[in-house]
Amino acid sequence: MKALEKQRNILDFTLSSLGRRKGKNIALVMVYTFVIFLLASVLFFTHSLKKEAALILQDAPAMTVQRLVAGRQDMIPMHYIDSIRQIKGVQSVVPRLWGYYYDALSGANYTLMVNADLNDRAGEIIIGNGVSWRSAPGKRNNQGLQKNDIIPFKTYDGTVLGLKVKGLLPFASELVTADLILVSETDFRKIFAIANDQATDLVLQVRNAKELPTIAAKITQIHPDTRPILRQEILRTYDAVFDWRGGVILMVLAGVFFAFIILAWDKATGLSAEEKREIGILKAIGWETSDILLMKFWEGAAVSLMAFFMGIFLAYLHVFLASSILFAPVLKGWSVLYPHFRLTPYINAYQIATLFFLTVIPYTVATIVPSWRSATIDPDSVMRM
Amino acid sequence: MIFHPGILALLLGSALTSSMLCYCAYEGVRIIWGWDIRSGSERQLELERRTYLVSLVMSYVLGFQLLSLFLFIYTADTLSPLFIGAMCAAGSLKVNGFGYPALILKIVTCLLAGLWLIVNFTDNKAPDYPLIRIKYWLLLCITPFLIAEASVQAGYLLGLKPNIITSCCGTLFSTDVNTVISDLLALPRLLSQGAFLASTLITMALGLYVYLKTKGACLFSIVSLFHLFISVTALISFISIYFYELPTHHCPFCILHSEYGYVGYPLYLVILVSALSGLGTGIISPFRKIASLHDVIPHIQKRLALISILANSVFILIAGYGILFSNLSLAAY
Repeated sequence: MKALEKQRNILDFTLSSLGRRKGKNIALVMVYTFVIFLLASVLFFTHSLKKEAALILQDAPAMTVQRLVAGRQDMIPMHYIDSIRQIKGVQSVVPRLWGYYYDALSGANYTLMVNADLNDRAGEIIIGNGVSWRSAPGKRNNQGLQKNDIIPFKTYDGTVLGLKVKGLLPFASELVTADLILVSETDFRKIFAIANDQATDLVLQVRNAKELPTIAAKITQIHPDTRPILRQEILRTYDAVFDWRGGVILMVLAGVFFAFIILAWDKATGLSAEEKREIGILKAIGWETSDILLMKFWEGAAVSLMAFFMGIFLAYLHVFLASSILFAPVLKGWSVLYPHFRLTPYINAYQIATLFFLTVIPYTVATIVPSWRSATIDPDSVMRM
Repeated sequence: MIFHPGILALLLGSALTSSMLCYCAYEGVRIIWGWDIRSGSERQLELERRTYLVSLVMSYVLGFQLLSLFLFIYTADTLSPLFIGAMCAAGSLKVNGFGYPALILKIVTCLLAGLWLIVNFTDNKAPDYPLIRIKYWLLLCITPFLIAEASVQAGYLLGLKPNIITSCCGTLFSTDVNTVISDLLALPRLLSQGAFLASTLITMALGLYVYLKTKGACLFSIVSLFHLFISVTALISFISIYFYELPTHHCPFCILHSEYGYVGYPLYLVILVSALSGLGTGIISPFRKIASLHDVIPHIQKRLALISILANSVFILIAGYGILFSNLSLAAY
């Protein structure tokens, strides 16, 4: 209990002594907060993007089979389906038709995808939100495309095909559907001039997830020109890409960070005559070197914690309320039809611990020697000044 | 290498701690050579001041090492989706040969740094610093371990290559990463249960004996060391399965996940604390003969024994809670 009382008293003294030198300390805390804010924004943002990607990919097919020609993806012949369906454990094989369409009018790339529901309604399309705004530049009242409006598509044989908008995709799924246009199979084949016996890729349903690698191995054995991709692999790649982007930004910020460490070192070394006298008096009235070190420890802890929590709070506001305006273009990539989305707030202890390692520990290391130096000042030499 | 923020943090942290310790070792050499408590020379005064710096740095090093031990495990855990067949840290630590050595070195350096602080605490209680040379020799012994730990960890983290989609093929057909270590540590349940019960009883009884009689500290510290291994084995082989509620799952790391309420963190922490305090009583025991420490050491040993008993009780409480309130029953096995 006595030890606790001692710590409390020293902490009390430290805080009031910090308060007496407001100007110097506020400047330090502000810079410190800013550095933590920058790093925390990067960490929170990349982490939420990873979460978001994982959430979206939950509904992705467990396995996709593509065909490669000369190392590039090509159309896959429909007759591959039969041989793949023969493999034990494969529940279903469904061909998919999708592609990218460059719209010269709006200057954007759309993703065209065949939807089975539209197959008996040729000439109709369902569009995503981004498309509706992009395709209607000349429209009155700037309203965006409405139901029954017509979008002209230039087919690959040079003719123009007008398709009627029959609906808009729900706003909630904007992250995936911003640039999406759902079309019927006939229209799709007409626009891209694709033969009837070909598909873009095949989607597999597999009963037991543990069999996925074996089935993938069998597919490449039967059709050596194919490339099976598992959902797990897509997730893994996204994870690595977002981690890598976050890491690169952290490296770029390392310059800012070193400048801050030098500032912290400088502030801790350059004791004013008044501070030196204070330490001298404390020692003269009976404080030991270890007490002064304890005081310096509490000083560092107070400054660090204040900056740490303020920085994290500001980063939280920046990422989850202001959609991280500072880093978004670099971290999430870009596109003409980029969806507007707000990330789900998600912070865990691991991010906080990482941040602590990246900021508070270097700060502490930078101030150890200066605080030791000030704690071992001779009282008589200071007070004589 | 993977540009992961956690990896950058670990590399930065270990670079900082090992360079700080190198500086301390340099000061240690100076102190071992030039220390003379009876002298009032400028140099001796300077050295006495330096000892403050070294103990300050060492207490920070211990704190950082403890934090980085758990950050390391957690990072290995979060990286596991990047490797085929790795479900948790057990798999990702096996990705290259440096993973498990790095983990073991981290635990060893934590224990060593803690022991150093106990010796330092004891030494500072006497006015004439009787252990000064011994503790700086000890510091010189710890330094290579910490440097080795930093290099092995760097070797592990820099050597990680995620299995991501490449242009030639999607699926990589490698076999699952086997987590042999957990199977090895999963001794027959009855054997490990018996060993754990016996070892806990002996350790607690000896701890109580040290606390009451301040005798038998050396034996207590040897028993504590064995108890460290036995409790980790017990945790893996029969305690963890009650938390997982799965009699075949012996994983030392899954218990750290949020699904199990992060219960692994307090469990591992109290195992470390109990081992550290137990070893601490023994390491300062030979210095009882020194006149200035004669009255100090029994007092410290009592306190350490009490800490060890408390840590073991906390372990039993948490593990017992997990076993009693688990939905798993091994009555049929």
